[in-house]
Amino acid sequence: MELNQTVATGKPVIRLENVHKTYDLGEIQVQALRGISLEVRQGEFVAVMGPSGSGKSTVMNILGCLDRPTRGHYYLDGVDVSGMSKTELARIRNRKLGFVFQQFNLLSRTSALENVELPTVYAGIGPEERTKRAMESLTRVGLADRAGHHPSQLSGGQQQRVAIARGLVNRPAILLADEPTGNLDSRTSVEIMQILQNLNDEQGLTIVLVTHEHDIAQFAKRTLEFRDGKLRRDTVVCDRLIARDVLDTLPTAEQQAAEDAEDNARQEKLAGGDAEP
Amino acid sequence: MNFTSTFRLALRALARNKMRSALTMLGIIIGVGAVIAVVSIGQGAQYMVQQGIQAMGTNVVFVAAGSGRPGGIRVGYGGVKTLTIDDMKAILREIPLIKEAAPSVNSRRQVIYGNQNWSTSVTGTTPNFFEIRNWSIQAGSVFSDEEVDLAANVCVIGTTVARNLFLDENPVGKTMRIGNLPFRVDGVLESKGQNVIGQDQDDAIYAPYTTVQRKISGITWVQFINASAISPVASVAAVNPITSLLRERHRIRPGDDDDFFVRTQSEVANLMNQTQSVMTLLLGGIASVSLLVGGIGIMNIMLVSVTERTREIGVRMAVGATERDVQRQFLVEAVTLSMMGGAIGIFFGLVGSALISNFLSWPTLVSIKAIVTAAIFSAAVGIFFGYYPARKAAQLDPIEALRYE
Repeated sequence: MELNQTVATGKPVIRLENVHKTYDLGEIQVQALRGISLEVRQGEFVAVMGPSGSGKSTVMNILGCLDRPTRGHYYLDGVDVSGMSKTELARIRNRKLGFVFQQFNLLSRTSALENVELPTVYAGIGPEERTKRAMESLTRVGLADRAGHHPSQLSGGQQQRVAIARGLVNRPAILLADEPTGNLDSRTSVEIMQILQNLNDEQGLTIVLVTHEHDIAQFAKRTLEFRDGKLRRDTVVCDRLIARDVLDTLPTAEQQAAEDAEDNARQEKLAGGDAEP
Repeated sequence: MNFTSTFRLALRALARNKMRSALTMLGIIIGVGAVIAVVSIGQGAQYMVQQGIQAMGTNVVFVAAGSGRPGGIRVGYGGVKTLTIDDMKAILREIPLIKEAAPSVNSRRQVIYGNQNWSTSVTGTTPNFFEIRNWSIQAGSVFSDEEVDLAANVCVIGTTVARNLFLDENPVGKTMRIGNLPFRVDGVLESKGQNVIGQDQDDAIYAPYTTVQRKISGITWVQFINASAISPVASVAAVNPITSLLRERHRIRPGDDDDFFVRTQSEVANLMNQTQSVMTLLLGGIASVSLLVGGIGIMNIMLVSVTERTREIGVRMAVGATERDVQRQFLVEAVTLSMMGGAIGIFFGLVGSALISNFLSWPTLVSIKAIVTAAIFSAAVGIFFGYYPARKAAQLDPIEALRYE
């Protein structure tokens, strides 16, 4: 099944206009971003790439309203958020953005449901409505039956899915993912990318994802490459990977176990052979 | 985010690490418990004192001889010889606020019965003395007014004297010797125990004052006049009239000191009360120091907690918590810790003081005021010592916090 390869033509949810970010470290001034202008429209799936020090993390921080540009403007959903106060930015984050981190960042000793509920708590929503929305979100990532589990009782992939559910619970315009597959094995990574692709396809969720792995970037529709604080390349992804198809080619857990058993048997045979005089 | 959600959030955060929360509260528990226990015991002691003073008889006014400057020499209580039985009669006659009066003539003598002897105080007085002092006879009877007129050799004895002199015998009707003189025991007084200054009130013998003046001490004056007024208010109001009357009778010039003291029971009560209050306050203050230490403990643990939860704070901020949300959460956590500690401390303080009261057979008074003060203090400690860590948490930079290892 082919996914729509053209870049979506919805309204721009993100617009950066000549954004600069300079860090003042006393004697030295670090220019993390040197004049970034870009646009992301609704429904896009963008991968942000670049080596460390390229500014990709800084861009993500600004997009995530965790940091403000030193110069330039950031229009989120048409609203200029570059000059907003910390409190206003917090509210924006709560309503319009969802975050997914490499290290999951779930609250320990807390149920999956309560973890997913967290953004709704800060939105001032009543307890019954909170639970309802959290369950809806968990269902969307297929973990409704694990609502009461604590992170220690969940696999890496399941934890990341809970994190995605948390990111979605306030129905944000954009999901920002920072190396979401960094701590997962290959099969689980692809499973997570499948969820993201589904959310992007079926619900038109705009996704901006930071990664340093080209394999992962291939699941997105558009790539932004940063280097030395500037946006160097802005390309549509050719030969885009469809997660569902990729999953079929990867070995399942059972097949992996069988493979390990074969390896063990071969090793023993070799060892037995060496021992003969 | 409203207050109830913050409170529940705080409770859940504290429940995540129950051991740590419990240990943090320990300081407050001990502090509050100590303060409550100390104050309850102190107030119980005050009550005991009050009761003791009440037991001496209500509406009582004492006039004590002594400590004037006759000829420029100060003498202590009872040293001056100017207080007389006629003074007492004058008081009764001319001051209607005073209902009854009895004199006290004190001495100390060896008393003998059979082959037992005992040293005790022998006080001369009149039969109404015992009514004034709220003191009943448990066996036999008090000597009569006629016997006073006759200066008869009769007496009533306290239970300590009875026990030590007569052993198991019934003293009533028996004859004993006070010094060299034979005295018939008319009655035995009920047991009163120790007075507020620790003296054994049952270690005493009372006889007609005429007998004591003439035959035992050889004096014509009295050391005390024990009077009772018609009401507690009257006892206070009688002080000035008595003072004026005696000054006139003793011909004391204006500007000179009195050669007597007039004291009401309420004055004595107040004095004792004040002393006790100061003691209780002092001990309470010392116990409060541990409350302070408990507060410091809370601050330390909250600081550690903030550091440990840096990542978590970053996540909360990322999903929309404002600085105020974070600050409020940690402040509420600190106050919850301190108030829960306070509540537990109050409980243990009450239990502790109940146990001690049982042990000392001393009443302990639980005052609502102390409990409310302890509760308010716990909250204040939580707010004060929780503020700095809460501020630190709120001022974290979310980006740095999310990166924290």
